[in-house]
Order: sequence, then structure tokens, then C-alpha cells
Amino acid sequence: MNMKVNIAGVEWKNPVTVASGTFGSGAEFAEFIDLNRLGAVTTKGVANVPWPGNPTPRVAEVYGGMMNAIGLQNPGIDLFCERDIPFLRQYDTKIIVNVCGKSAEDYCEVAERLADEAVDMLEINISCPNVKEGGIAFGQSPKSAEDITKEVKKYAKQPVIMKLSPNVTDIAEMAKAVEAGGADAVSLINTLTGMKIDIHRRTFALANQTGGVSGPAIHPIAVRMVYQASQAVKVPIIGMGGIASAEDAIEMMLAGASAVSVGTANFHNPAVTMEIIEGIEEYLRQNRMNDVRELVGAVHAGIN
Amino acid sequence: MKKRRKELAVVVSQEQLADGIYSMWIQAESAPDAVPGQFISMYTMDSGKLLPRPISICEIDKAGAALRVVYRVTGEKTGTEQFSKLSAGDSIPIIGPLGNGFPMEKAAGKKAFLIGGGIGVPPILELSKELECDKKQIVVGYRDAHTFLREEFERNGEVYISTEDGSVGTKGNVLDAIAGHALAADIIYACGPGPMLRAVKEYAGRNNIVCYISLEERMACGIGACLGCVCQTKERDSHSNVHNRRICKDGPVFLSTEVEI
Repeated sequence: MNMKVNIAGVEWKNPVTVASGTFGSGAEFAEFIDLNRLGAVTTKGVANVPWPGNPTPRVAEVYGGMMNAIGLQNPGIDLFCERDIPFLRQYDTKIIVNVCGKSAEDYCEVAERLADEAVDMLEINISCPNVKEGGIAFGQSPKSAEDITKEVKKYAKQPVIMKLSPNVTDIAEMAKAVEAGGADAVSLINTLTGMKIDIHRRTFALANQTGGVSGPAIHPIAVRMVYQASQAVKVPIIGMGGIASAEDAIEMMLAGASAVSVGTANFHNPAVTMEIIEGIEEYLRQNRMNDVRELVGAVHAGIN
Repeated sequence: MKKRRKELAVVVSQEQLADGIYSMWIQAESAPDAVPGQFISMYTMDSGKLLPRPISICEIDKAGAALRVVYRVTGEKTGTEQFSKLSAGDSIPIIGPLGNGFPMEKAAGKKAFLIGGGIGVPPILELSKELECDKKQIVVGYRDAHTFLREEFERNGEVYISTEDGSVGTKGNVLDAIAGHALAADIIYACGPGPMLRAVKEYAGRNNIVCYISLEERMACGIGACLGCVCQTKERDSHSNVHNRRICKDGPVFLSTEVEI
């Protein structure tokens, strides 16, 4: 049975990675799982300089998921290259570095810095809803998304995945825009902007007031958007949004994703990715399928 | 190295200690690894409530591979309310023990204050059992006459109580109890609400006393990956490379002078 997938020329041993920001650079989860078994590790976003992030509380639970407004706290690219990349290189898994920035120059500086590092892919975060400047500013208009993609592509040596925001009117337009800008792949969805109010204290649950909603509650939205994006572009799609089981992952692949990322579910069970990989294999066996790639976009209208 | 895991602990017993305060013993494979000041992540069986509840460890029974948690039910339909309905034989998913405990070796030969306030009282119990020092002064603050765990503290050292309503011990907070009894110490271990910890930190600074405080914050992963539960630090932290440390992984116990609270 083949579990390998090819994402923009990079071969993963299986289609399962982790969603940026839920997994650090893997060190904490390495106490719980064998990182060698993941198709890829997607790191927490890293910027050209260290960012302190937002005030606390940064996280809150909502039914069927959670909200976060971490604010892209990160140690900066220098320490990241010195510590996190060598750590991940010990493992036989692909390394996807998530890149964040406040300006086109910031993104390009990090992409250029990573050009000679032993990383396999870059994921450009133009969709974080929790920082005032940059991030989402590039991810909500097709023109600016296309432009930032073009800029980053000038400096990146590795394939570039553009991570899209669901906080847009037309996800297909956004996917087409980054494809036109030269994106090698797209990933979606980032979190949906939400708000939670503590009715006893009459305050916002998060210090940032708004935060990104993630978890199983957003899964159907993610499936819909992955399907729409897959109908609009030719580049491979990494699907994410509320994946918590093999069934969710398979659903995402049937919708058109070539690979999947597991995010919030890692907080519920640090070993969930292992269960998902095993569950996909089991599904293929049960359905007498020999290749996980047969799942990609295999949804059909059916006859009711 | 053997991997850590989320495990299914088994409830040994559960009882209510005071209004909204529950005590539960659970048996878990990971229990013998625990030290005073650590916490466990407790998960509900409700699939809509995904995140673990970080709950401090109140007592450790290494031989019996069991942990005691004493926790507050935070409201109706909450995860903690679900925990309070578990009884002997029921299962509860946990990851534990997590974080770093109180540095007990620092107390050797010293006069110590072991300070707990409100729902920060429970972790002080195991500390009071295990700490070896010259003089063990346990100062615990409560809202009212529901002075849970008091008798158990009395077996482990000198106990001083404060209550906000004055119904038991000194009226006021833990520092009022310390002043009222003219107590002195040269090391402090404390766990409690933010305002109490700020006052204890300030008191320690003013009197030049080494002070360790256990912090609390909303958490998501509980294992140091998500950066949800940071506290601000005086110096740039070597892991984060900014003035933040992770309460779940680098704490929850910190030297009072290293954190801004």
C-alpha cells in the first residue's frame, strides 16, 4: 500500500503533517510520539526578529474547539536556525517552516535566510487573524496575496505553500490569486475570527478580544473551502481545519486535499497524529485501495 | 526513551470538602513520577470540551501509584463539574505529571513559609509533607470558615489561618496572618490567586527573602508547545528569546524575582 504523497516536488512518507502553531518545532511532542512517523512537521511561525506575542489570556475553550490569540510569539529566525532546524533534522520527516511577517520585506528576509538551510518547504502565513499589522493584511485581498507570493518567490529556494485565511468572501479567488503569483501549493484553512465573552465578569475571554477559532467545530467549513479551492487551482492543497480523526482526514482528502494538517486535536491527544495515520491505512485496506492518492478529490455527486 | 502518553486514570475515591471544593484520588501509571508543585492535565469525557484542565497535585501516593487532586468546580456544565460527578471505578483521561515542582532542596536548614490561598491551597499540602527545613510554617488563606485541608496541614507543621470574613484565624489575607503572629522566614513557597502572589512577591522583596511562586494561566496544550500560558519575565528567556516563559513547561513554579506578575 502506498502512503506517499508528492507535494510540489517534495515526497512525504504519508499525507499527515501538523498545523503551524500547535506543535512548536516538535521538541515537546517528541516526548509523546515518534516524529519519524509524520509526513512532515510544520513549525510554529517564525519572523525575521523575535516577537513577544499578545497579552494573556491567549486561549479559551469554545464548544467543539478553542480560540487563540497567541499573536505569533516566536524566537526569531536566528535562534530558529541555530536550534530548531538541527533538532528537526535528526528525524526522517520533511520540515515545513511557517513564515510570518509584518511587511513584504520581513517575509522575504526570512525566505532568503532559509534558502540555504536544510528545510524542505516554506509555508507563508498571510492569514493570522491575531496580529494587527501584516499577516492577515496580505491574506484578505487577491491582489495583495498575489503580490506577496511573487515577492517571496523571488527569494525562496524551497517550494512555497501559501496559507490562506477563511475570513474572506471567496476562497477560490484567493487560491487562484496565489497560484497566479507562483505559489507551489496552498494550505487552508487558518482559523476563523471569533469572539468569546465571559458573562459573569462581562469581559472578553481573550485579552486580544478577538481570536482564531479552531477545532472540530470549524471542520465542515474547512472541507467546503478545500473543495472550492480544489476546483479553482491546479497546485496541491494541504487541507486543515478541525481534523481530529482519520475520518476527518479522509474527508478532507476526498474534498481535494493532497495532504492534511492536524492542529487543535494535538492538544486533546498528543498522539492523535499517529492514530490518524494508522486510521487512513486501515480505511485503505478496508476499501481495497492501494494508494492513498486515490482519495484526493475522489468525492462525487452520487445518486440519492 | 519511553514515550509519555495520555492515560486513562481510575478514580479511587471522591468527596466534597466544602462548597464547590472536591477531593479526588486517582490511580495512574505516571503517578509515582510526581513531585510537589506539579500539575496534571485532566480531560473530560465530553467530546465538545477538548482542552485539558490543568489541576495541581495535592497529594502523592508513590507506593499506591495514586494522586490526589483538590479542585474547585467553576460553574454549571463545566469540565470541573463533570469531574466532580465521577465516583470510584470511573475512568478519567489524564496526562501527568507536568511542569516543575517546588525546589525543595533550597529549604534545607531554613525557616520556611508555605503559603496557600484559595484554590492555591491544595498543592501546599504535599509540599508540607515532603519539605525538610528548620521551621515549617504553613500559612493558608480562605474566604470563609470552609477551611478545607486544615486538619491535614496540622499534621505537617505549624499552621496559621487567615479568612477574608474573619470567621477563622486572622481576619484578612495570609500576610495579615504573618504580621499578626509576628512570623519570620528566610524562604517562601506560595501558590494562590494573582493578587495574593503579587503581595507575597512584594513582601519577599521588601524583606529580602527567597521566594518561589506557583502561577496559573489558561492553557491549551499543557506541554509547552502552544505558547498559550506564558508569563512575563524580567530577563530575556533563553527558550522564547523574548521576555516570556511558559507556565506549563518552564513553571508553574518560578522564582518571584524572575517574573513580572
